[in-house]
Amino acid sequence: MAELYEGFTLCGLAAGQSRENSGLLGIEPGRDTDHVIVTGAGRTVTVYKVSDQKPLGSWAAKQGQAVTCPAVRHGQTGEYVAVHDSKVLRIWRDEDINFEKVFKATLSATVSRIHALPSLEPLVLFQRGAVRQLDALLAAPQQAVEEVLSEEEVIRWSSCFLEAEQPLLLFSTEKSGECFLYLQKLNPNVLHKYNIGSEGKGVCPIGFTATLENKCITLMCLYSNGCVYKLLVSLHPSAEGEQHLPKSLLLKLPVSEGVLRRAAIASLEEGHIAIVGAPPSASTGDRDFLCIWNTNFQTLQASKELPGGAYGQLWCNAGKLYVTHGKVLTVIPYRCEKSSLAAALGKLKQTSTQEVTSSPSVLNWNSFPDEEAALQQRTGMRTRSSKLNPKSQATLTTSINQVLEDIKGVSREEVEEVLEPFLSCSPISPQFQLDLAHIAVELLKRCQADPGFYPQSVLARLAQTGRLSHSSCPGFLMLALEKRDYFLAQLCLQHFPDIPEAVVCAFLKAFLSVVDADLVQVSVDLEGVSLMDDPGQSLEGVQNGFSPVLLEEDSCDVQLTPPKLDQSSSWTDVSLTCPVGLKKSALLNEIIRSSYSESFLLPHLKDLSAQQVILFLQYLQYLYVRSSGDVYTQLPGLRAPTITQIMDWVSLLLDAHFAVLVMAPEAKGLLTQLHRFVRSQVRLYSELGKIQGTLQELGKIKKEQEIGLYSIEVIELF
Amino acid sequence: MGQFKVHRVRFFDFMPSGIRCMAFNSKADRLALARLDGSVEIFNFSNNYFQEKVIPGSDSRSIEAICWVGCDRLFTAGLNGEVVEYDLERLCPKYTLDAFGGPIWTAACNSEETHFAFGCEDGSVKLFEILPDKIQFERNLDRQKGRILSLSWHKSGMLIAAGSLDVIRVFDVKSGHSVQRILVDRGSAGTSNKDCVVWNVAFLSDYTIVSGDSAGKVQLWDANKGTLIKTHLVSKWDVLSLSVSENEDSIVAGTSEGTVVQFQLLSPKIGDMETQWVRTRTFKHHTHDVRAVTETRTAVVSGGLDTQLVICPLMDKVEVKSSESVLRKVIFPHRSLVSCAKKPSLLLFQFPDQLELWRLGGTDTIGKPGESLPVTRKPEKLLQLKRKGDDHICCSTISECGHWIAYSTVSSIRLYQLQCDNNNISITKLPKVLRSAHQLQFSADSSKLFVASEQATIHVISLSRSECKHVHTFKPKSGSSAPVHLLAASADGQWLTSANRHCEINVYNLKKLKHHCMVPVYNSLPSAMAIHPETNNLLVTHADQQMFEFGIVDKQYTDWSRKLQKEGLHRCRLKWGTPVTHITFNPQAPSQVILHDTHMFCIIDQSLPLDGLKAQFYSQLTPKDTSETDKPCKNNALKICSKYQPLLHVNLLEDDWLVVVERPLIDIHSQLPAPVKQKKFGT
Repeated sequence: MAELYEGFTLCGLAAGQSRENSGLLGIEPGRDTDHVIVTGAGRTVTVYKVSDQKPLGSWAAKQGQAVTCPAVRHGQTGEYVAVHDSKVLRIWRDEDINFEKVFKATLSATVSRIHALPSLEPLVLFQRGAVRQLDALLAAPQQAVEEVLSEEEVIRWSSCFLEAEQPLLLFSTEKSGECFLYLQKLNPNVLHKYNIGSEGKGVCPIGFTATLENKCITLMCLYSNGCVYKLLVSLHPSAEGEQHLPKSLLLKLPVSEGVLRRAAIASLEEGHIAIVGAPPSASTGDRDFLCIWNTNFQTLQASKELPGGAYGQLWCNAGKLYVTHGKVLTVIPYRCEKSSLAAALGKLKQTSTQEVTSSPSVLNWNSFPDEEAALQQRTGMRTRSSKLNPKSQATLTTSINQVLEDIKGVSREEVEEVLEPFLSCSPISPQFQLDLAHIAVELLKRCQADPGFYPQSVLARLAQTGRLSHSSCPGFLMLALEKRDYFLAQLCLQHFPDIPEAVVCAFLKAFLSVVDADLVQVSVDLEGVSLMDDPGQSLEGVQNGFSPVLLEEDSCDVQLTPPKLDQSSSWTDVSLTCPVGLKKSALLNEIIRSSYSESFLLPHLKDLSAQQVILFLQYLQYLYVRSSGDVYTQLPGLRAPTITQIMDWVSLLLDAHFAVLVMAPEAKGLLTQLHRFVRSQVRLYSELGKIQGTLQELGKIKKEQEIGLYSIEVIELF
Repeated sequence: MGQFKVHRVRFFDFMPSGIRCMAFNSKADRLALARLDGSVEIFNFSNNYFQEKVIPGSDSRSIEAICWVGCDRLFTAGLNGEVVEYDLERLCPKYTLDAFGGPIWTAACNSEETHFAFGCEDGSVKLFEILPDKIQFERNLDRQKGRILSLSWHKSGMLIAAGSLDVIRVFDVKSGHSVQRILVDRGSAGTSNKDCVVWNVAFLSDYTIVSGDSAGKVQLWDANKGTLIKTHLVSKWDVLSLSVSENEDSIVAGTSEGTVVQFQLLSPKIGDMETQWVRTRTFKHHTHDVRAVTETRTAVVSGGLDTQLVICPLMDKVEVKSSESVLRKVIFPHRSLVSCAKKPSLLLFQFPDQLELWRLGGTDTIGKPGESLPVTRKPEKLLQLKRKGDDHICCSTISECGHWIAYSTVSSIRLYQLQCDNNNISITKLPKVLRSAHQLQFSADSSKLFVASEQATIHVISLSRSECKHVHTFKPKSGSSAPVHLLAASADGQWLTSANRHCEINVYNLKKLKHHCMVPVYNSLPSAMAIHPETNNLLVTHADQQMFEFGIVDKQYTDWSRKLQKEGLHRCRLKWGTPVTHITFNPQAPSQVILHDTHMFCIIDQSLPLDGLKAQFYSQLTPKDTSETDKPCKNNALKICSKYQPLLHVNLLEDDWLVVVERPLIDIHSQLPAPVKQKKFGT
């Protein structure tokens, strides 16, 4: 999440500014992060200490002269460099007082901007596209400067970077509606030209921001129609000559009508951008806002209204945004935090209605340890049931104590015989539930005492009654795990209402690490995976003429993605082979369907190994692809996981193991795929959000029975 | 009983005007009510809350305060700075008088009814002496800064409390000096820069002043010491109206939120002699500003911008379950604003400032009961006739043939001739015939116009293409001067009946041009009457829902009427609170009478036996599934249809066509201004 803090006014804007022009030329970093150099469009250059909101020094050009490019601070010498009247270079220090008396050099060509780098000579960009280092220029101020740009080509924006101790200058130009990008490298002097291409009539780029990461410049470009595009500029382009740069749409701002005019963009860290002059939503009218958007999730993170209207000027320096609006320059500190998948998706738990049917009746938590109370209750119970059903009463009297006694010393087969009548009568009563728990506990004791004793079918019968719970017989689940009884484990997952997250995790771990060959002998309920028997079975169910694939294809994002990223035409058909075996998937489905609380589950999930996580993620992705390919959000089959459950697990796993996964090379492809399907989810919901209003209107229309101003009816009175 | 094709008309945009103020006269048991358009209405509470008299409004009049003097003198004062006394016989202003103090915001009369005090924009309180036939300026009290928005006399007549902006002053009437100045605080922090408007004050006989102000407070003050006794915060918005019951044990306050809050003087402990004002009940019957409240013996009466008059019974005061114990909402006038020309299917709608003439649409298809037929010919607005002058229209009518339209204001009657050839409509205005009319009626053959005028006289005017001639003037035998509000002429042109506000119904013979007889006076006002086209029996409904049939020729009640009085119509008939406003007959089935009120219309078949109170009652429209044998109701004399409501008019055209004019309440609400914003839970 990103946040905009309370801002403060750094200085007022010079009088006489118009709606279009704020009277401020630029803001450049000063001595340290707390200092900035503010250059007014008139004649003044002022150095401010930001935290004190106080000017430290101010210099003004003589009447009749105008400062034409923002003053910068020479990173090595600590001098300030500015240009007035386009060609006159001035260099001065903090202690200089009279601007007229400082060093002056008149150049032969018009300067567009000076860019300072912390450890190198500043770069001077001339209006016709030539670039010089300042020291080289000062050596011969009147040296001839070549013309790089063609006629009528004007520089719109420029920025400079430091890559491998070498300065780089990136600037964009515009010529009769077409936009070009130039990348100037020095030592050796190389210039690359790119064509950004136009966006259609009347749509032009109005704001740029660029960052350098991993030897690649990411340029973000805000167009007047509200689209923010990302362009990747490689530092080592292969081809020569003018190249076309592919764009990818990052964000589409809700521009209600017409076009953006005064807007600016600045890139912040962690996939966030700040935009001034564009509304956070289409309904905010003509007020101006400063917004922080997350480009990964296309979500608005923070916004702040700017009273007095913005000028479309925005600078970012050392964790603070500088924005001009109304009659002031405001400094707004911000903070960006990495957004997690879970935070972007939200967490919506879905409890399937089918689960309700298998959940046992209410437990009586108090009566179980208290034998006295239990006995009393039992006798009460008997008298009641005796009136109703004398036969079952007889069975019950012979049962519990007898049974408990019997199962203590008999063999496995005999246990079955003993318990058979008891289990077959199965009346619905809290008492019966308690009795079952007693039996289960007794059996558990025996199993633990005697490793050879394991009455599997009886335990399965007990679990299948649906009356047992983890709290009534703790250890039951762990026994199943210990004995590698996956069938029983599945039954438990299906029928126990209160499995702790730690146990769920232990099961998950066991399921993931089990070899498929081991499962061959095990009988597992495959109801949850019925569709996976036949991978070729068509899932492209079409309902009301709706084809889900179109959703992916019609979005402009897909069209604009560079071909490199767009390896497969539709990612829905990747990895349709199930990464796990049939029985294993049935077991994993039970895990996915189990209920949990994420804060308790998360620490236990961290116990999984990287391989297990990757396998599980692959499986989850497979499930997602299968289920999202269908119009129904739930896979066919009685106990198939829902899409929300799948997504929750994906988010949980990523939250728990993101650092590990990023490091693991084999997970890379998986993560990219996951990122894309998360994005498609976000898009799906934003699309749904868009039509929500329309659908609500439809609902309203239905209710109203329209009687116009005039109608003719027939009635009969009898 | 019959199948009808119904023109369901909803294009009559009748919009009642908001209620501004009201005054209840407990001696006469009548409520006078002034609306925003300057009209004044008088409701007779002892006569089933019938709207007895309506004085039409005027564009030049804006009423802020209304006051009774005695039983029969009514005064209003308003923002045009004038005081008006009304002639309740002629239903028009008697005289107007400028108070010369700018707009008048409030008026109050002392308990002896000898003096009026008016609160003016310029900050003056003006005293007027009430003389038998006029009022006369006496003197000003000391003028203060700020407009006077509310006034109240002390019972002794020696002190007047006056509410202004942020302050309440107490004046000594004798000296005219201000003897007490009470500052009213402005309310919570957010509103402290706004003046606190003291919309209301009430001076109790124990020298307590009750005030209601724009900060939503009802406050009690000690007038002698000028100290605050108690504050009740009743609303986030304004307290706009306040009323004290006659015996000073109850106060009601109306707010901008549409609530009415009651305070009662109670002792906190049983047996304790000490009493205090306790907030007891809150009524919410309004959606908008409650601009006027008053309390009668048994009910709280409130009215406001949402145009409805609400009479909410106080159940602890109601002794027997009767018509008094029902919550009543009066939204529509108790008279018909729609006239109908049957043959050409024309409807004439009366608005205060204009008349609209519409031709009904038609269809080619025939349908089964319950069906809605496609409209092949759309209804057409033929004419929109704006009235002349400032005075609002008080009555209008259209002739049976559709060629004549007449309307009247308090100052003039206008008669128009309509020429409809093909689709061309031209109107000819005929010369002014008389000064004003209370009711107008054309004869069945459209050859005569009957004008009910002052002194209960009825002028008969004969009409021809070129001119109209005064033929005769009928005067009631009784010499009553009460205004006539209903006229009915027989189809054969022989009889004319008139009903006046003294409940008298006179029958005149038009052939012989003389008074024929008077129907025995019943003690409830007639609300509608009509003469049967074949039998010439006069059918009259009264405000208390009773119905009589009077044989004009025999000069006696008919047998059916006697039977009806003996057995009674069905109980359901009495459940409705609104009076019957129109009666018509079915030419196809002469025994059928069709009458309607706001909520339903019914058909009474006089040939069928009255079922009395015991018989099972059916009101369904088409019970297809009931077999012939379980239809004892087939012979029911009374058939009710409440499918269409609220109804403004029902009439029977030719060939089983029925026209119903509906005015859905939602349409009225949608035309009201937005109510004050209120936070509702969950929004």
